[in-house]
Amino acid sequence: MTLMPLKLVPKLRGGTSLWIGGGLVALAVFVAVAAPLIARTDPVMDANLMNAEIPPGWEFPFGTDAQGRDIYSRIVYGARISLTVGIGSQILNSLIGVSLGLTAGYWGGWWDDFVTGLTNLMLAIPSLIFALAIMAILGPGLTSLLAALGLTAWSYSCRIARAQVLSLKSQGYIQAARILGYGDLRIMFTQVLPNILGPLIVIATLGMGTAILSEAALSFLGLGIRPPFPSWGSMLSEARDQINTVPWLSIFPGVAIFLTVLGLNLLGDGLRDILDPQSTTRRS
Amino acid sequence: MTGSLLKVDGLRIALASGQTTYNAAEDVSFEIGRGEAFGLVGESGCGKSITALAIMGLLKRPLSLGGGRIVLDGEEIQNASPAKMRALRGSRIGMIFQEPMTALNPLSPVGRQIAEMFVLHQRASWSEAMDRAEDALRQVHVPSPERRIKDFPHQLSGGMRQRVMIAIALACSPELLIADEPTTALDVTVQAEIIDLMAELCAAKGTAILMISHDLGLVANMCQRVAVMYAGRIVEAQPAEAIFAAPQHPYTQGLVNSLPRLGERSKRGQQRLREIAGVVPSIQAYPTGCRFNPRCPRASDVCLTTPPAITPLPADSLVRCHHHG
Amino acid sequence: MILVLARRLANVVPTLVAVIALVFLLFSVLPGSFISGMGEDGRTTIDPAVMERMRKEMGLDDPLPERFAKYIAHTAVGDLGKSFRTREPVTYLIGQRIWPSLKLMFAAMAFAIAVGVTLGFLAALRPGSLVDTVSMVAAISGLSLSQFWFGLMLMYLFALTLHWLPSFGYGDGGIRHLILPAIALGVGPMALLARTTRAAVLDVLNADFVRTARAKGMSERRVVEWHVLRNALVLVITIIGLQFGSLMGQAVVVEKLFAWPGVGSLLIDSVFQRDMPAVQGCILLIVLFFLAINTLVDIAYVAIDPRIRYGR
Repeated sequence: MTLMPLKLVPKLRGGTSLWIGGGLVALAVFVAVAAPLIARTDPVMDANLMNAEIPPGWEFPFGTDAQGRDIYSRIVYGARISLTVGIGSQILNSLIGVSLGLTAGYWGGWWDDFVTGLTNLMLAIPSLIFALAIMAILGPGLTSLLAALGLTAWSYSCRIARAQVLSLKSQGYIQAARILGYGDLRIMFTQVLPNILGPLIVIATLGMGTAILSEAALSFLGLGIRPPFPSWGSMLSEARDQINTVPWLSIFPGVAIFLTVLGLNLLGDGLRDILDPQSTTRRS
Repeated sequence: MTGSLLKVDGLRIALASGQTTYNAAEDVSFEIGRGEAFGLVGESGCGKSITALAIMGLLKRPLSLGGGRIVLDGEEIQNASPAKMRALRGSRIGMIFQEPMTALNPLSPVGRQIAEMFVLHQRASWSEAMDRAEDALRQVHVPSPERRIKDFPHQLSGGMRQRVMIAIALACSPELLIADEPTTALDVTVQAEIIDLMAELCAAKGTAILMISHDLGLVANMCQRVAVMYAGRIVEAQPAEAIFAAPQHPYTQGLVNSLPRLGERSKRGQQRLREIAGVVPSIQAYPTGCRFNPRCPRASDVCLTTPPAITPLPADSLVRCHHHG
Repeated sequence: MILVLARRLANVVPTLVAVIALVFLLFSVLPGSFISGMGEDGRTTIDPAVMERMRKEMGLDDPLPERFAKYIAHTAVGDLGKSFRTREPVTYLIGQRIWPSLKLMFAAMAFAIAVGVTLGFLAALRPGSLVDTVSMVAAISGLSLSQFWFGLMLMYLFALTLHWLPSFGYGDGGIRHLILPAIALGVGPMALLARTTRAAVLDVLNADFVRTARAKGMSERRVVEWHVLRNALVLVITIIGLQFGSLMGQAVVVEKLFAWPGVGSLLIDSVFQRDMPAVQGCILLIVLFFLAINTLVDIAYVAIDPRIRYGR
């Protein structure tokens, strides 16, 4: 029994946030996957000017926009875009970050120097600006978005992976495995990877939230998903232009973003308490 | 005994864990006279450190005072208000801790940390206090004190830092100094210096010492009387020489026997170090009856069912055992 | 201490050069599409002769290393080229917009620090209380919302409905126009600061030296003032520095939303108008600023933490 006083955490941490976050994320995933079933109209094609600018009501739960499209259906389909971007970019981030970090820590030398320099470079540029620049070059669209977000946010996973390899190295595990005759790749996969899985999952979960916010921002600016596709961000850009005539349009996409990202953040926090108690992922 | 300074009577310290409450320490009773050096010995987790914290009123959740009395100079303080306790701490009871590196504020010069005592308790001005801090460093035999007062903790060695801690604790000449494992984190050569320093200063100021340690030899050397704790209870208390020469409790005997003594064992033909079999029980799984029974060579049926009561012995000693002697 | 500072500054230079190179590379990779973008766009049908002249003018037909050298040389003396759109020097264009951007960012940061650090402190001093829970709920919400959406909501409520504040623009540069954009921009950093400050203060409160301070007989208030504050601030300052990075990214969006005449909105407009020199210039400036802030934070660190100063 130690004498250390237990650090009191507010009731938001631990179990509660895991469940609430998980619930919200599950809801978002469900909406995205079941979109064709739960949407009422086609989000792009069903634009009936006769229905333009109807406030939320019985027939159109979230109202319609200036082009007469059902906002509810567009929100539902927008979940697909947001989640695709979120998941896709994080997969890319993790792949790049882990491969670079693992190999850098493992082989050291000039490769390590190069990767570290590259990571520092990435961190010197605000990530949204970087993504913006890439989108400016590649042009709008889902693939460019995935590339832009996937290629700019891998620094954290890289650092974690590298730190883990170095720590295992200093504890002699890697040398031991080598003596046993394990090949380099096998060591990396069987020894190092399991150790970083926990923190990695936390980073990926939290990163998804950031990616979704970035996508919204880029689409809002007109650089991400362009209208008429129903990205929550581009809907907000329309909302701004139409704020006097269709004020309800500004509420729903924002709330959708908020709930999804909140869910991811809560889930990430909860997972961190389970998977990464030494908080290697606390970005401080 | 030259008048009792501190009397701890039936102290019980509770540990709240989820829905259950455990007793981290119970039925702890001892008395320290004015100017006396008293030792409290036991392994990690036996409850000696939290007893010290309880006396100082520094117990934090999930620990709390479950019962018993703490009497300082005739006055009961176990229920004293926080303000009252604050007035006591530093001025009447000083405390030093185990890890001097982390026990000092890394961002503040050591001189200032000593000076704080004078500003806090004696309404000194800061410049006055800094002068007295320099003096205090001199008293603890830190060389070039006028330069050291501006140093930061990380610039000093472990031994020096502990001297600073002692200077802080004794700055306002308290009546009692509680030392919780003060030398455990130090090099062996420095340990002796620090112990000597403490003994010298306390003798000079008439300060009583409550010395807490896991090292029986160290404590017996320095203190007049020694108490041994095991699994939250005091199991034996005797004058220092007696506890070495004639330990009464099987646990104490085990401790004394496990001390390596040069040459003696090979003389008797023994090759291996004697140890006490088993491990210290965790607080959630204290054995019923006498808590030492799983490890005790003399354990019998009564030991498994009935916790032994304190048996007073001649020469101001006591033991808690069904089969003492 | 000077040595430590010099070392830190020396580290900045290679990053700086690398960033300039990266920016250059990014925009020379497909500058052709930038030029042809003007034609493809359909908005302006450019006379091929004009396009040829522009390519010559921009030196697009020169080999890459030569262009890079020219670029470095020009940048070093502060010549960032001429805007495609207005034919004015890019430095002039950016110069006009630096002050509004700085104002916005510092106002947002001030808001974030004032509210975030205070909340974090209060939450840490009373862990598990109502203040704590409410603050942390607010914090995680602040991290989860789209800042421009929040700005939009603020705009709708305070400007368009209540008419208390202007809805967009810089106006006369006064406070009334600054309030909404600054709050919208500051909400994210505020949330993060609240969480980090809380964690930092809790960490410090549980530290050994705070126990020593209590053992000295200090009141809780004195403990916080004399010992906790400085130690927690060290941790918080790093966060503030890092936050400027994401702040600048978000500033671009907030500037666009509120039609704030800063570098961010210039960047966006230039991107849409395919004004490559302006885009390059804006990005370069933003990155430079971020590097400057980080260096300042490093310096502040050295000043506050004696362990680094007397480097052991």
